Amino acid sequence: MQFKKLSVALAACAAIAAQAQVSDDVVKIGVLNDLSGIYSDLSGQGSVTAARLAIEEMGGKVLGKPVELVFADHQNKPDVAANLARGWFDQGKVDMVTDFPTASTALAVMEIAKQKNRIVMPSSGLATAILGEKCNALTAQWTTNTYALAAGTARALVKEGKKSWYFITADYTFGHSLEKDATEVINADGGKVVGSSRHPFPGGDFSSFLLKAQASGADVIALANAGNDTVNAIKQANEYGITRKQVVAPLLTYISDVHSIGLEKAQGMYLSEAFYWDFDERSRAWSKKFFEKQKRMPTAAQAGVYSATLSYLKAVQAAGTDEAKAVMAQLRKMTIDDAVIRHGKLREDGALVHDMLLLQVKSPSESKVPWDYYKVKTVLKGADVYPAISPACQVAK
Amino acid sequence: MFDIPMQSLMAQLLVGLINGCFYAVLSMGLAIIFGLLNIINFAHGAQFMVAAFLAWIGFTQLPMLLGPEFKLNFWAMLVVAPLIVGALGVLLEKTLLKRLYHLDHLYGLLLTFGVALILEGVFRHFYGISGSSYDPPALLQGGVDLGFMFMPIYRGFVVVASLLICAVTWYLFEKTKLGALLRAGTENPKLLQAFGVNIPLMITLTYGFGVALAGIAGVLAAPIMQITPLMGANLLNIVFAVVVIGGLGSIMGAILTGLALGLLEGLTKVFYAEGSTVVVFVIMAVVLLMRPAGMFGKEK
Repeated sequence: MQFKKLSVALAACAAIAAQAQVSDDVVKIGVLNDLSGIYSDLSGQGSVTAARLAIEEMGGKVLGKPVELVFADHQNKPDVAANLARGWFDQGKVDMVTDFPTASTALAVMEIAKQKNRIVMPSSGLATAILGEKCNALTAQWTTNTYALAAGTARALVKEGKKSWYFITADYTFGHSLEKDATEVINADGGKVVGSSRHPFPGGDFSSFLLKAQASGADVIALANAGNDTVNAIKQANEYGITRKQVVAPLLTYISDVHSIGLEKAQGMYLSEAFYWDFDERSRAWSKKFFEKQKRMPTAAQAGVYSATLSYLKAVQAAGTDEAKAVMAQLRKMTIDDAVIRHGKLREDGALVHDMLLLQVKSPSESKVPWDYYKVKTVLKGADVYPAISPACQVAK
Repeated sequence: MFDIPMQSLMAQLLVGLINGCFYAVLSMGLAIIFGLLNIINFAHGAQFMVAAFLAWIGFTQLPMLLGPEFKLNFWAMLVVAPLIVGALGVLLEKTLLKRLYHLDHLYGLLLTFGVALILEGVFRHFYGISGSSYDPPALLQGGVDLGFMFMPIYRGFVVVASLLICAVTWYLFEKTKLGALLRAGTENPKLLQAFGVNIPLMITLTYGFGVALAGIAGVLAAPIMQITPLMGANLLNIVFAVVVIGGLGSIMGAILTGLALGLLEGLTKVFYAEGSTVVVFVIMAVVLLMRPAGMFGKEK
């Protein structure tokens, strides 16, 4: 009897101790993204839905404490993002922030999170700068990055004999990063870059750049831009009859972009993605749940928010605390394997190295159901497409 | 010459001319509205966008909702969409804008800016931001090889149609009796009213006409640009610069400056692409320093 009482008391103490490990008695996740601007279709409300699905999957609780979700519009401005995040960390009890469709906003929030000992998991902030000199131990760039995207597409095309490349690049950090990363891969694989044009962001009319690219006679016209710029460039390349002789290769394409372009114009294009809803049973099952709520199939960015949230919560559970360093240590120990990310390992520099997909856009006749847009050409092993750890990243040393 | 082949230069000039046509039609609408109503119509871009969406809705959404016999093709929409957008403009003028004429320009600007934000917000809510594609009509698909470039037939059509619209509008306002009345109405409305001319009606219809011009440009743009809620906002900056350079209120100024700046922008893209968005504003600054009323504007 005495022993039983003692053990109950001990168990109670242990439970209290475990609970005390969760700060403020709540695990709070923030989705910070573009809810109204040019990236609101590829992340936006869909990312919030994705995070909710992850929280539901955990039963809304972790370590016996409730999991809460907050979200806000960072308007693609680093200063707005920084102010929102500071408020969330100081008064809002937020433990982890994810999404960031504009990489500059992620970079701004990373600095603050480091000071406040909180975690940042960019799902759609893809610039490699996040892993370079700006890297820190509390950041995990979850879905992918510009290097892995460029490497997947560029390598496949160079191997097919498309050796000469012309870049049409959005004239800001992200575009430059994409062009630089792709050029590295092209040169390494024996191709060469014959020219490039930098267009103002956002672009609208690409006629001039396309005509220059056409005149260059390059095998491939690579688009180092995103969203509506990519969509307009592809549309106009069709208009000028460029796609008949040259390959147009968008280096970052979300399924929402292909949805807007339409298969008629996008067919045959190669692209790399971290996630495609129709990849296998698990991805289809999860995407179906997402579709029921959002009436669209998830983009890789949105799927990444789900995976980041789920992995974070699992790591909190396993670590027995929401203390940032302990959770990050736990995340690095885990193999990430869910409906979205396969064979994922979180590296010291914050890159989640995992399998990527090389996809080709189907023709209208090959597409059987709505959102049936891609053929999966190859599963690219993470080790083959992710860059080596940057020497500039001090954490990794 | 700067290592640019002649062929490429010709192609870029042609592309510049095509863009210039859009600038001309849009800025002409703005110039008319400013010239006769003294309203700086910030909703012009949104009205342009609404017409593009109407073209797309008539072609793809209407048949899905009401059955295939309700499909409205490009040609029908080239007439219907500007009429609808123009009618919405008339409604706006009748209910809100007319209350502002006795106030400073700024109020009209703020009101139309608000209307633009609302229109953009509504379309974003229903159709998202990535936009939709719209193909040119079957008759105008494909292209011709001009030797120095592959010219999409549709773009050629846009040039012809725009120049025609500009010519007709200019004739209407500068050479007909109606045009003379309109211009007299802005100079001395009280005197004209004493002669029995219905000035408020004239102003309403003029605003409707200016907005309908944005509507025509919108339908013409639909097969070229991705149809998104922001398509007008992106273009409006340049169009405003065109109107300022041409001289606020001058129709001929708007047409000629629109075309010229399109060409200039095309040339900048050949020699220094990074400067192509800035060049228009540099010209604007220079013109404003030398001729504050614009190239063709009259000092008031």
